[in-house]
Amino acid sequence: MIRKKSLRILAGLASAVLLTTGFSSIPVRAESDVITIRVCNWEEYIDEGGWEEDEVIDLESGDVFGETALYEEFEDWYYENYGQRVHVEYSCFGTNEELYNMLTLGDKFDLVCPSEYMIMKLMAEDRLVPYSEDFFDEENELNYYIRNVSPFIRETFETNEINGEYWSSYGACYMWGVLGFLYNPEALSEEEVSTWNLLVNEDYARQITIKDNVRDSYFATLGAIKGDLFLSEEFLNDPDYHERLAAEMNDTSQETISEALEFLQQVKDNAYSFETDSGKADMVTGKIYANLQWSGDAVYAIDQAEEEDFELCFSVPEECTNLWFDGWVMLKDGIEGDADRQRACQAFVNFLSRPDNAVRNMYYIGYTSSIAGGTDGDEIFEYVDWCYSAEEDEEDTVEYDLGYFFDEALYEGEDPEGAGEYILTVPEEQTRRQLFAQYPPQDVTDRSAIMRYFDGDSNARINQMWINVRCYNIEKINAAGWAAIVAAIVLILGAVIYSRIKKGRNKTIRRPHQPQ
Amino acid sequence: MKGMFQRKYLGIPYALYLLVFVVLPLVVIVTYAFTDSDGKPGIGNFLNFFTDPNTLGTLVYSLVIASVTTMVCLAIAYPTAYFLAMSSIRSKGAIIMLMIMPMWINFTLRITALKELLTMIEGNLARYPFMNSVIGMTYDFLPFMILPIYNQISRIDKSLIEAASDLGADRAQAFLRVLLPLSMPGVISGISMVFLPAMTNYVVLDMLYNSTYIMGSLIGSYFSAYDWHGGSTISLILLIMICLFTLFAGNDDEGTVRGGSIL
Repeated sequence: MIRKKSLRILAGLASAVLLTTGFSSIPVRAESDVITIRVCNWEEYIDEGGWEEDEVIDLESGDVFGETALYEEFEDWYYENYGQRVHVEYSCFGTNEELYNMLTLGDKFDLVCPSEYMIMKLMAEDRLVPYSEDFFDEENELNYYIRNVSPFIRETFETNEINGEYWSSYGACYMWGVLGFLYNPEALSEEEVSTWNLLVNEDYARQITIKDNVRDSYFATLGAIKGDLFLSEEFLNDPDYHERLAAEMNDTSQETISEALEFLQQVKDNAYSFETDSGKADMVTGKIYANLQWSGDAVYAIDQAEEEDFELCFSVPEECTNLWFDGWVMLKDGIEGDADRQRACQAFVNFLSRPDNAVRNMYYIGYTSSIAGGTDGDEIFEYVDWCYSAEEDEEDTVEYDLGYFFDEALYEGEDPEGAGEYILTVPEEQTRRQLFAQYPPQDVTDRSAIMRYFDGDSNARINQMWINVRCYNIEKINAAGWAAIVAAIVLILGAVIYSRIKKGRNKTIRRPHQPQ
Repeated sequence: MKGMFQRKYLGIPYALYLLVFVVLPLVVIVTYAFTDSDGKPGIGNFLNFFTDPNTLGTLVYSLVIASVTTMVCLAIAYPTAYFLAMSSIRSKGAIIMLMIMPMWINFTLRITALKELLTMIEGNLARYPFMNSVIGMTYDFLPFMILPIYNQISRIDKSLIEAASDLGADRAQAFLRVLLPLSMPGVISGISMVFLPAMTNYVVLDMLYNSTYIMGSLIGSYFSAYDWHGGSTISLILLIMICLFTLFAGNDDEGTVRGGSIL
């Protein structure tokens, strides 16, 4: 034990020396001196390599190809650039709640990738380690994250706070998206899917699924029940539109929750099901017409359907949408103040943020990376162009402006010379399909709000509401139902008592034959 | 060196298993069930459960779904087991094998297949959630009903029935007064193997799009809302129900144990 500890101190000293002398010299280190970082990510949420030969993405700035898993490649990359051996212990979680329960039960991780509300919860509970100052140094060319993160994401992370601290100090955005409907354009018109009220549209009874998850369902419900307000001129033209929208979408007053309960009960009677993962498959096989869905999964489902020559589209209701993120955060319980480990974790985030790796992730999982490129070249935009741009001889094309996401100059508030640099010419259908889902246009992100985590009382109220929606209320049983239940109980008890009495009699009169 | 190895030491692995995987979790569940979120002991969780119309409704709904499933299973399994045990065909082993075979396939896989089949028949699964759940559970649990009953009936000495006929009982009387009572241990064991799992097997409901919670899903929903206390309370209530049921059925005849032990 003591020996180990002293080794660690030596290693710390050695790395301190290294830091001052630069990275050129390769240090001599004992084999045992490998840093292990424990990374826990969503399932299927990173490029695991093993691409087929014909999957090479040939961009102008070079080919992109996934041979092995990124978390394995990181180990070599880290050694080459930081001169220290690192081992990544990679594992997965299924839901934010599952991750939280794992952490509560004492599982130790250094770097995890929960969604925005869980990041807020962990931040509020003081369980996170802030990123160190040098992570934000744009001069260091290994800091791929800060050099390349999209201005849109960066601004969001630098303006949202919990207890006076900005998200950007604790979280590095990995993937993001919005909430909407994946739908079958043959069954539903664009107008019908442009409102959250689709969920209670009786013309499509038992044809639409909603998420089996209180947050997403509650969001969609708020969008529906406050829809008239959101679409009113007064609200839309309010200078504080965004603040008001965010406040309304985080409304957890008892009154609103009661209204939501009523709406969700209608949804339960009208929807096909509350699903966790089956919705995508049910859309692709044509079982249902529409499915409340996150944009990233929508891209995946549209791709899948396309392979079967079946068309699916994505829409974002006019009222508002939920802007969500998954981001990398470091845990106090894991890092335990170990500077080497923290450095390796931050490097892991940077490695994933290298534009070519971001492209690999996007290609592999279908979600939208927070990385826009910029300082390290336009690889990401080239990839979007490679995926969606219209062929030269295509006729029905439109222009699609992604400046808000890619243009660094907008973030810095300058009026850029090269405005319009990030406009794609795409087939018209892409304004409803993968491109729309993967990179929603600015009017969609403009009507988006972030749903914060619910604490204490509001959390209890919302969970109770959800249980009320999903449980069978005993008051719904009518007289006939009670009669049937009572009759059944009497019948069963009667049969049991009868057999007991008979048996007792048998025993006193004569012993029955025992079988065998 | 007397007693270097005694036969009772063979029980140590199982005792350890029991301690780690049965006793300890039970202690944890009981502790959580009888404390509130501040750690204060009390029976508040139970009061909540038995006064909330939603949780009570869930209990009733689970009981109804489990009872119907059990009855359907029994209605299918008893005649099957009876004719199989009574017939003189040679390939009984093969037929029993065919009945057990579905259990070799992972049950989520089977339910997925069933889902496609039911969709073909019904068109839209979501219209008949209750019926689909019963079908799914019956599909899942039927072998657990057939086997104990079959075993029990095949153990019955056929000469008992002949004796009944000799003494003037007709076939119906012989069945009702002799065979049925003697096969009851198998039936009870079958019921306990179907009824209790059917109360909590929410995966079937989820997969067949029944959006209403049963006891199992309710436990899950409490846990995902970090409410360990509420979830443990429901687990404990279920456990008490199981204990009552087993006590109630168990002192009937030692044959119950025998009938159940074949699985």
